[in-house]
Amino acid sequence: MSKLTKQDVLHVAKLAKITLTDAEVDKFTTQLSSIISYMDELNTVEISNIEPTTQTTGLSNVFRKDEINTDQVLSQDEALSGTEKTHNGYFKVDAILTERSDK
Amino acid sequence: MINNQIPLTIKETKEGLLKKKFSAVELVDQYLAQISKNKDLNAFITICEDEAYKKAKLIDSNLQDLSLLGVTVAHKDLYLTKGVRTTAASKVLESYIPQYSATVVDRMEKSGAITIGKANCDAWAHGASGENSDYGPTKNPWNKEYVPGGSSSGSAVSVAAGLSLVATGTDTGGSIRNPANFCGVVGLKPTYGAVSRYGVIAMASSLDSMGSLAHTVDDVETIFNVVKGPDGYDSTVVNPKHETRNTKKLKIGIPKEYFVDGMDKEVEKSVLETAKIFEKEGIELVNISLPNTKHAVSVYYIIQPAEVSSNLNRFDGIRLGNSRESFGAEAKRRIMLGTYVLSAGYYDAFYLKAQKVRSLIIKDFDSAFEKVDAILSPVMPTPAFKLGENVNDPLKMYLADIFTAPANLAGIPGLAIPSGFTKKGLPLGFQLLGSRFSEPVLFSLGKLYEKVTGFVPQIAK
Repeated sequence: MSKLTKQDVLHVAKLAKITLTDAEVDKFTTQLSSIISYMDELNTVEISNIEPTTQTTGLSNVFRKDEINTDQVLSQDEALSGTEKTHNGYFKVDAILTERSDK
Repeated sequence: MINNQIPLTIKETKEGLLKKKFSAVELVDQYLAQISKNKDLNAFITICEDEAYKKAKLIDSNLQDLSLLGVTVAHKDLYLTKGVRTTAASKVLESYIPQYSATVVDRMEKSGAITIGKANCDAWAHGASGENSDYGPTKNPWNKEYVPGGSSSGSAVSVAAGLSLVATGTDTGGSIRNPANFCGVVGLKPTYGAVSRYGVIAMASSLDSMGSLAHTVDDVETIFNVVKGPDGYDSTVVNPKHETRNTKKLKIGIPKEYFVDGMDKEVEKSVLETAKIFEKEGIELVNISLPNTKHAVSVYYIIQPAEVSSNLNRFDGIRLGNSRESFGAEAKRRIMLGTYVLSAGYYDAFYLKAQKVRSLIIKDFDSAFEKVDAILSPVMPTPAFKLGENVNDPLKMYLADIFTAPANLAGIPGLAIPSGFTKKGLPLGFQLLGSRFSEPVLFSLGKLYEKVTGFVPQIAK
């Protein structure tokens, strides 16, 4: 039977960029374990010669011309309207790199 | 004047306006009054009073014969509405104002529809009861102690309680058919790829289907004809090629796997009575088998959270919205579940296996539709349940998707239709499933059912 440990839950939360309280960690450990164990029933299905499905209407690649349709683009002001953190017409984000200290 | 009698079909609404029996402004007056009288249902997150009156005045000043003339619509709050706050019922988007409208919203407005408000729903469309909204649960208008179903909870309640004539919804694993069933209204989940998803906040991209709720089959058909077809934005949308089976006599399949132990007796009886009604009209009933139905919940709760975790990854609080701290419990649960099944070491055991079993579920339907024109089944295993009854047991709640999720996994259309009430006065209903792009077949069967049963639309009291 599949079971998730507390460490599994904390690892997954880190991958998913989700912060959990201690109570949530306990709750999700129990709940996700019960859901994952339920899915063990899929081990009874014979799937060795079956292709996986990702798309149901049989489409593969859909192409369009590499041209800009100005009716389909937002103006710079519109694109920035969802945030207050802007700088000179750009989104302002936290730095992800820091200056090297050994230089 | 309307005499406090709100028209309950698109046809009555349109004819009343064109013949000047009432004005669009009077209609909006009536619906807004009805909304304010029913605040306790918590059907709306945002009410579009100013926008609705503006549109109504425009309609009154230039009456045109449009398909949805004066039709008030509640858009599920996953549909982007230009200039009108769109939250997905999540605190992450509590102050998000879209810069553009969804294709469905746009096409409906161009056909004369009046957007009356943004309907409450389970946050990010995650739920089967309407209780997962960060803006509080919606209540069933037939009995306020019961859930309205979900995730398109506010949409179904809005139609059932007469707060709008029609509503939009999204159906990823049953989110239109389930609340339609619990609230006694008609709900259409179109074929995957029939209606553009552009401008609708994505839940699970291989399953999401944009549909509508109304009082009659005729009305969801009218809306479907307005919103369907390619829009140049959603590349999965195609013009349908549906070949009807080459037979004189229509056949409806009754899948034995959809009548299982533990399902509610009143639900079962009502669906079997519906089958008899079709049989009496000369339609042949055929016993069929969809053997992989029993795996649908496992497959669905692997593929769907996997896609959810990917789609919700973009909400980082940088370009719009609040930070990921604002996700509610159910969103966190699905993001975690999805991330787990996609993570290194588990991908083959869960995600890939689920995609393969998905192929088997599709094969079941494809073979069935070689023999029958439509499949008749229950929508939910029980009628509406009480608020709070299942909130602490997510697995139990997930299992209730057993009859709805297969249609999404296979990408086929489903039409939920009301068929009466339980002894306790809660709505009962059934669904018709068809092969890909067979919506016209489902509409004609649905209309036949309404005609022979003498169905008359009504507002929940």
